[in-house]
Amino acid sequence: MNISKATAGETTVSAAARADARPIREGEPLLQVDNLGKHFPVTAGLLRRQVAAVKAVDGVSFSVHKGETLGVVGESGCGKSTTGRMIMRLLDPSFGRIVFEGRDITKMSQGRLRPLRRDLQMIFQDPYSSLNPRKTVGAIVGAPFRLQNIKTEQGVKKAVQDLLELVGLNPEHYNRYPHEFSGGQRQRIGIARTLALRPKLIVADEPVSALDVSVQAQVVNLMEDLQDELDLTYVVIAHDLSVVRHIADRVAVMYLGKIVELADRSDLYERPMHPYTNALLSAVPIPDPKDRGARTRIRLQGDVPSPLDPPPACRFHTRCWKAQEICKQVEPPLIELSPGHQAACHFPENTTVSATDEVSRAAVAPGAAPAPGEPPSGPAGTPPPGV
Amino acid sequence: MARRNTGGKHAAGLVDDVGAHVAGRTPPSAFLEVRDLRIHFPTDDGLVRSVDGLSFRLERGKTLGIVGESGSGKSVTSLGILGLHNRRNATVSGEIWLDGQELVHASPGDVRALRGRKMAMIFQDPLSAMHPFYTVGHQIVEAYRVHNDVSKRVARKHAIDMLGRVGIPKPDKRVDDYPHQFSGGMRQRAMIAMALSCDPELLIADEPTTALDVTVQAQILDLIRDLQQEFNSAVIMITHDLGVVAELSDDILVMYAGRCAEYASVDDAFHRPLHPYTWGLLGSMPRLDRERSERLMPIKGTPPSLINVPSGCAFHPRCAYGELNGGRSETERPELVEVEPGHKAACHLSLQQRREIWESEIRPKL
Ligand SMILES: Nc1ncnc2c1ncn2[C@@H]1O[C@H](COP(=O)(O)OP(=O)(O)OP(=O)(O)O)[C@@H](O)[C@H]1O
Ligand SMILES: Nc1ncnc2c1ncn2[C@@H]1O[C@H](COP(=O)(O)OP(=O)(O)OP(=O)(O)O)[C@@H](O)[C@H]1O
Ligand code: SF4
Ligand code: SF4
Ligand SMILES: [Mg+2]
Ligand SMILES: [Mg+2]
Repeated sequence: MNISKATAGETTVSAAARADARPIREGEPLLQVDNLGKHFPVTAGLLRRQVAAVKAVDGVSFSVHKGETLGVVGESGCGKSTTGRMIMRLLDPSFGRIVFEGRDITKMSQGRLRPLRRDLQMIFQDPYSSLNPRKTVGAIVGAPFRLQNIKTEQGVKKAVQDLLELVGLNPEHYNRYPHEFSGGQRQRIGIARTLALRPKLIVADEPVSALDVSVQAQVVNLMEDLQDELDLTYVVIAHDLSVVRHIADRVAVMYLGKIVELADRSDLYERPMHPYTNALLSAVPIPDPKDRGARTRIRLQGDVPSPLDPPPACRFHTRCWKAQEICKQVEPPLIELSPGHQAACHFPENTTVSATDEVSRAAVAPGAAPAPGEPPSGPAGTPPPGV
Repeated sequence: MARRNTGGKHAAGLVDDVGAHVAGRTPPSAFLEVRDLRIHFPTDDGLVRSVDGLSFRLERGKTLGIVGESGSGKSVTSLGILGLHNRRNATVSGEIWLDGQELVHASPGDVRALRGRKMAMIFQDPLSAMHPFYTVGHQIVEAYRVHNDVSKRVARKHAIDMLGRVGIPKPDKRVDDYPHQFSGGMRQRAMIAMALSCDPELLIADEPTTALDVTVQAQILDLIRDLQQEFNSAVIMITHDLGVVAELSDDILVMYAGRCAEYASVDDAFHRPLHPYTWGLLGSMPRLDRERSERLMPIKGTPPSLINVPSGCAFHPRCAYGELNGGRSETERPELVEVEPGHKAACHLSLQQRREIWESEIRPKL
């Protein structure tokens, strides 16, 4: 438990927050991403001229400190996987910068990246297709050792068996094939492979969304145990807001290729500022029949617009119930509205509320909004849902 | 309507065919009643007991949520009710009574006539239920005209009407779109429009929102709820998401290894559950409506084989409380017992034991 030293100087910690879950967020971050973007060209005709671009990721910035878990949430197609794949350098960014341990790796050649591959690993969503069906578990988990030509003290087999044990699998399963395992076990195999080289940063793209809820909990617990044990840093991409709240220390919410809100877990879930985050949270079905009808719901109309032609200025304005003229004209920057809490909105919610202050839940607090914000039309001053 | 009102006669005739369960073969008063349903698949590896003795009933205007892990038999059950299993590779037994008519032993033609008119299904993946080469409107028109003797023009008007009702913008234009021109949420709406075009009295929704984003899911769940109220239909909502169930259902059926582990009102299921597997589901789930829990409580082990179903209580290899009753759980299958009015559970532990465990060990950790 080397992440337990934190907390002391933190000001935004609510009483509810897990005391030992606060990683130290001083000094240089392990990973720093600046204005990162990916535009996929859309070509047409014989000459394959570019006619448009899918703005999959359009300038995102964040940092991740050692021992921390950053959650990335957002709806299908908002650019979560593309962001993860760029960090892993599996995909070349169109613009922006990725700095890992102080080194700019944005344009590093694959050859020079090779030693870094040990430090950067990825867990994939699909435990079925990400494992080669013709290889034994031993070969799959041991592959990174061979690829990187790494000598292990007592041979690869012993190292692999240790890893299998670490992720809660029977070391005797060394010679079995993936199809002999359940989905949750396969995800464990994938995690064992990921851990082989003792990575520093793991990007997990929907690590549990293909799993049943009971098995999902096993894998979530495993990831948390391994983080404590091995001092891992995670970027966890998921569309399930409940899972992300459980696993992440800080959370970034993406919409159409942009980060619209970024905050500590408890801040984000208890005092969401961006209307989209509010809508997302209020859409999560709550497993308690008592709450039926008790919650104030925000129902967004329609679907997410196409990233081929995202709405101008605030990309959320076509679905936002608070939208005003300015939202269609001026893009709201992602700025820190309270310590550690960034949001990109002209009329944010919950702004001056401090951790203990329950007063202004129902309305935009006076003086809080940076813009001339009378509570606008629609369900004015919607209270934060699901808390 | 009238031509199907032969439930009693069917039943009487069929007793001879099957020659068993004579006592059970009487039409029930419930709108839908499933009795001891078994659906088995003979395979090279052995007999797969996907559904193995399932019983429940459902009234008009009510919603039953069926939850359970992947492979617990939820979809096989719903396909069974709709009569969609190929009897050459599936053995179906038991009884399914829909509004006085028995379906398991009815002729395929009779069941087909009921599909679409009296009962309809919404699938998880709308693309698999819609034909890619025909427009959305065409498919609704065809579905409608199978059971309604109307002109194409009238049917088209009805299709546009239905698309509008399910919230497709500009339905008179979008009616001529092909499925791929719709977004995921719109396709799901179109399928709901198709399923509802004949005002079915029983609607089975199998994971209707699992593939959708949470904001779109919320729209679809609202839609299903509204339409149900309007049509007073009976709805079976199949899902692995307990949140969806809590929002929509009146009663919950928790399935494990092809059987009912617990049946309760939503209120009882979430606040006074009486089966260790249900506790496991509740403990596994990270929840937004609670203080963040330090640690999730997963169900240990892996889902059971349906070929070599564990002896006794199928849940015993994964149950933390199986030892509490002197090995009975391993050898003796617990029957589904009505422990309180409207609340059934299949577990050997005494009611007292289960109440204590729930109150002292489970509930405080949720
Ligand atoms: N290779 C590609 N070429 C063109 N467009 C792409 C490519 N990869 C992704 N996109 C598009 O970029 C956008 C972002 O995709 P991405 O996979 O990052 O989304 P996501 O947030 O991970 O979504 P999901 O939750 O569905 O996994 C989508 O509109 C997608 O269609
Ligand atoms: N045609 C078939 N032949 C053999 N086995 C089958 C067949 N159809 C289904 N099964 C098996 O029956 C079991 C129950 O399947 P079913 O599709 O009902 O599960 P489910 O509860 O709907 O799961 P999920 O949540 O994954 O949809 C599974 O083990 C499945 O493999
Ligand atoms: S900037 Fe305007 S449109 Fe965008 S989220 Fe804020 S209020 Fe809504
Ligand atoms: S019968 Fe035994 S094994 Fe089954 S749920 Fe009850 S206590 Fe657990
Ligand atoms: Mg993705
Ligand atoms: Mg299914």
